[in-house]
Amino acid sequence: MIELVSKSRCIECNICVNICPTNVFDRVPDAPPSIARQSDCQTCYMCELYCPVDALYVAPESDVTTSVNEAELAEVGLLGSYRENIGWGHKRTSTAKADQTFQILKQMK
Amino acid sequence: MLKTLTTDFEFDLEADVLVIGGGPAGTWAAWSAASSGARVILVDKGYCGTTGCAAASGNGVWYVPPDPEARETAKASRESLGGFLSDRNWMDRVLDQTYVNVNQLAEWGYPFPTDDEGKPYRRSLQGPEYMRLMRRQIQRVGVKILDNSPALELLVNEDAAVAGATGVNRQTGSKWIVRSQSTIIATGGCAFLSKALGCNVLTGDGYLMAAEAGAEMSGMEFSNAYGISPAFSSVTKTLFYNWATFTYEDGTVIPGASSHRRSVIAETLLQQPVYAIIDKAAESMRASMRLAQPNFFLPFDRAGIDPFTQRFPVTLRLEGTVRGTGGIRIVDETCASSVRGLYAAGDAATRELICGGFTGGGSHNAAWAISSGYWSGKSAAEYTRSLGEYKTQRRVHGVGEVGLESGSDRSQTLATDEVIQAVQAEVFPYEKNYFRTEQGLSESLGKLNHLWQELRSSQVKSDKELIRAREAAAMVATARWMYSSAIERKETRGMHRHLDYPELDTNQQHHLISGGLDQVWVKSQPLLKSKIQNPKSKIGVAV
Repeated sequence: MIELVSKSRCIECNICVNICPTNVFDRVPDAPPSIARQSDCQTCYMCELYCPVDALYVAPESDVTTSVNEAELAEVGLLGSYRENIGWGHKRTSTAKADQTFQILKQMK
Repeated sequence: MLKTLTTDFEFDLEADVLVIGGGPAGTWAAWSAASSGARVILVDKGYCGTTGCAAASGNGVWYVPPDPEARETAKASRESLGGFLSDRNWMDRVLDQTYVNVNQLAEWGYPFPTDDEGKPYRRSLQGPEYMRLMRRQIQRVGVKILDNSPALELLVNEDAAVAGATGVNRQTGSKWIVRSQSTIIATGGCAFLSKALGCNVLTGDGYLMAAEAGAEMSGMEFSNAYGISPAFSSVTKTLFYNWATFTYEDGTVIPGASSHRRSVIAETLLQQPVYAIIDKAAESMRASMRLAQPNFFLPFDRAGIDPFTQRFPVTLRLEGTVRGTGGIRIVDETCASSVRGLYAAGDAATRELICGGFTGGGSHNAAWAISSGYWSGKSAAEYTRSLGEYKTQRRVHGVGEVGLESGSDRSQTLATDEVIQAVQAEVFPYEKNYFRTEQGLSESLGKLNHLWQELRSSQVKSDKELIRAREAAAMVATARWMYSSAIERKETRGMHRHLDYPELDTNQQHHLISGGLDQVWVKSQPLLKSKIQNPKSKIGVAV
């Protein structure tokens, strides 16, 4: 579930408000968006992919809330890790080009 | 019952073709309609590009080059699993159209990988990349997109043809109306808010709206697909569980449990937790797995679990008709529903035509979304054109019922969340939906019928509540078609597993059509004797 909108990183572009499929965020004037409907979060991680500054963190637990520590997440490289994995962002290349599904399916009988 | 539209609409728009739903099927529909010269509006309750199960996930595609032997193998592979309800002409059409359209994706710049021999490999699509590209492509051909704009009811004109829809922007509260000569339902299936990956926008909204306009469903008994996920997580991506060992809590292997024999996992979960470990994947495969499905590893990396060496608890989340095959019945190769001016595409439509009563995963559904989306868009545009000048200035009425009607007999305020929990309590449990029995289905139907009555006699207080109330109504209606159909199929076929009738019965090799809202009905229909003489002639060449 979405657990973090980083106040230090957020640039208030409100892209997450617009693109969240389940309408979890609310715009807040002159402030980062709020997590207004956390229980509606479906843990799809799409907001992280569209956040240009890696200010969001979706915890893996989809049914319960958890507490997160922004400094620790940043330290272990989890802020923006999914975006990096799929190769989205400035000066990155989409990893779709490196999709190895054909290797996997070869191993199936 | 017809209501005159009395509401003022902040956005009063006209289109030749209205597409409801912005996932793969909706975007292909919008693209082909607009490429045929139609003015197209696409509305989505989320955001076109991130909404739906494909965007969040990505999957295989039933993409098979036109080599007769390869095609024959592809067609034969699922016929038995699907319970022999599919149709080979439809399979041919879908294989042909999918091949053309996926190649089109490559031309648009989708970064397909190359295989060991340096050939392009086009059988897998990464969801975020795919749907971001589709959004750009439909914008390029002039489709107007309304994001965050759930449709709430269809409009019908004096000739009983569907003539658009109304809805609301869920963020601003602005009401919108789109008057259109044809409408395509591409709202996906129904997974009952189970939090299966990307599925919580899929609440059967399109089924409900279509049924209110008089459309029929087909194959709703094939609606009990469950996906494996880590117990704590939403990620129902199941491919890699082919290399898993399933164990009890103490580490003992569960006899017979595998990704393909999910029923053993379900049976065990009824008694105790089930654990998995992806220990059959060779060291050399592991890097490939990460590059094939980056999101499979997200929950593990974040929870600090190495799925190759550490056991983790798993669960089965209901994917309902999303990974099932039931949906709106389509009556011909244009993907028209039985109601004039209304088309259905993707998971919102029945997929029995190509895979009968079973889909093993995304690949057929992805191919179906691409093909049915393409055909419905093209056909809707042609239909609108055929109406000529006659099309304008028709009077329209909204046909939505639950949540949209007011009256003195509706004193009760709707407890929407309770209704949703109550319907989930009938469709989630494995002992009710995975393993079906006559008695269990009847008891559930009794409760679901009662819930429907409750919905019918209640009133919602605000527009915000209305959106959720319509979702609740759609889920209750869907569950009633599901279980009413399941009761009628007194056998085990495809994914429909009936404990009282554990064998396939050759006398029931037919479709079950269902419909109705206050009175749900089910009837059998013989298998299609396809009238398509030359399927090749119908395959559109992408522009």
